[in-house]
Amino acid sequence: MNWQWFHRLGSPRWFYEKTNAWLPWLMVSAWGLLLIGGVWGLAFAPEDAKQHNSFRILYIHAPVAYVSMSCYYLMAISGAVGLIWKMKLPFMVMKACAPIGLGLTIVVLATGSIWGKPTWGTWWEWDARLTSYLILSFLYLGAIALQQAFQNRDTADRASAILALVGMVNIPIIYKSVDWWYTLHQPATLKIVGKSTIAPSMLYPLFVMIIAFYIFFTLVLILYTRTEILRRESRTQWVKDIVLGKEEGARS
Amino acid sequence: MAEPSSLFLATLKRDLTLAFRNRGDMVNPLVFFLIAITMIPLALGPEKAVLMRIAPGIIWVMALLATLLSLDNLFRSDFDDGSLEQLLISPYPLSLAVAAKVFVHWLATGLPLTLMAPLLGVMLSLPEKAFGALVLSLVLGTAAMSLIGSIGAALTVGLRKGGVLISLIVMPLYIPILIFGASAVQTAALGEAYTMQLAVLGAGLAIALVLAPLAAAGALRVSVNG
Repeated sequence: MNWQWFHRLGSPRWFYEKTNAWLPWLMVSAWGLLLIGGVWGLAFAPEDAKQHNSFRILYIHAPVAYVSMSCYYLMAISGAVGLIWKMKLPFMVMKACAPIGLGLTIVVLATGSIWGKPTWGTWWEWDARLTSYLILSFLYLGAIALQQAFQNRDTADRASAILALVGMVNIPIIYKSVDWWYTLHQPATLKIVGKSTIAPSMLYPLFVMIIAFYIFFTLVLILYTRTEILRRESRTQWVKDIVLGKEEGARS
Repeated sequence: MAEPSSLFLATLKRDLTLAFRNRGDMVNPLVFFLIAITMIPLALGPEKAVLMRIAPGIIWVMALLATLLSLDNLFRSDFDDGSLEQLLISPYPLSLAVAAKVFVHWLATGLPLTLMAPLLGVMLSLPEKAFGALVLSLVLGTAAMSLIGSIGAALTVGLRKGGVLISLIVMPLYIPILIFGASAVQTAALGEAYTMQLAVLGAGLAIALVLAPLAAAGALRVSVNG
């Protein structure tokens, strides 16, 4: 079996040069789909019978929620790959995941409470889902804090990879426990509008938005990783060439 | 070469001796537990009905904070005097030594906290039927917290100012234990069965017992060599 592609993945230079060509495509498709899904969802999807127009925040809230959860798993998996195969690139991806994930969870929490005010009549409710996303943002904060605490970059990488892996075991546990905690203690005084089957005319724009946000996440992740590559490889000749504007020669 | 279990026993004996010689380190978290709980009636007023309602949660949160307070010491003194490095280069599995250290940590902080909790329960007028649940849930919960906390202590042992950082990275991981521990006491106070919560705490302890020493040993190798 040919494993060359896998070893090449470990090379920051290969990644940097390869993604150069992807960037315009990702950029166009991310913004294009965001625009299509956004306009479709916000302007053309039918109004919800019970929540009227306030439900439309779903088209941002739900996709970002999916992506921010996937981001944690990506962080943990790339940390594991870095630990096991001792590659440089996965650690850079892992490091890039933490601030992006924190930003995404903040968007989830903010859009959630903006939706909560007209629907539940309160900005914050200790609801299982809200609480578990709050905890997810704490986990991202911990990962960022640990990364920044070390002077030695190698130690920081491996330590935060271990923390990310420990968190990966814990996320399902936290998710479930918060869920049970809610049903154990809080009789459902504020009921979300029943989880009725969503109409297709509402669902299609949601699909578009989910795909759009995943592509957007990929784009941002690649941009962060590229920055990290330049920072870490700043002593190598190929980075110096790029910075000094001899990029064309390096790419061929 | 001796058995790996002799490493466990030797570390256990050594750390127990050390813990008894430095009694201050052992007593401080307990005193913190006592004083912090005294603050609650002073802040909220001594109304019995209010205290009774919040007692399970308050005792559990304070037990969690007291455990956090003691975590920084888990590997710190061994790191400072170099004996941790000796353990790292020894041919025995490091996770066993970590397990012994965590066990001593629990004996020195978790167990006394558990034994002291009924007294504080009386002070916060916790209903009598909840005392069994309080002790049982704290036994399981403090053991799991020592184990999970050892990962945070191992990750930060090489850092000068590890104390606050430990709390930051360990507290989110403590949330399930806190939820089920407090919930066990609360359900017992209402006179209902709390076996489910205890079972979940036991399951959490079992997972932590298997995984945490391995993760902490890995973390020690990273943060000491690096």
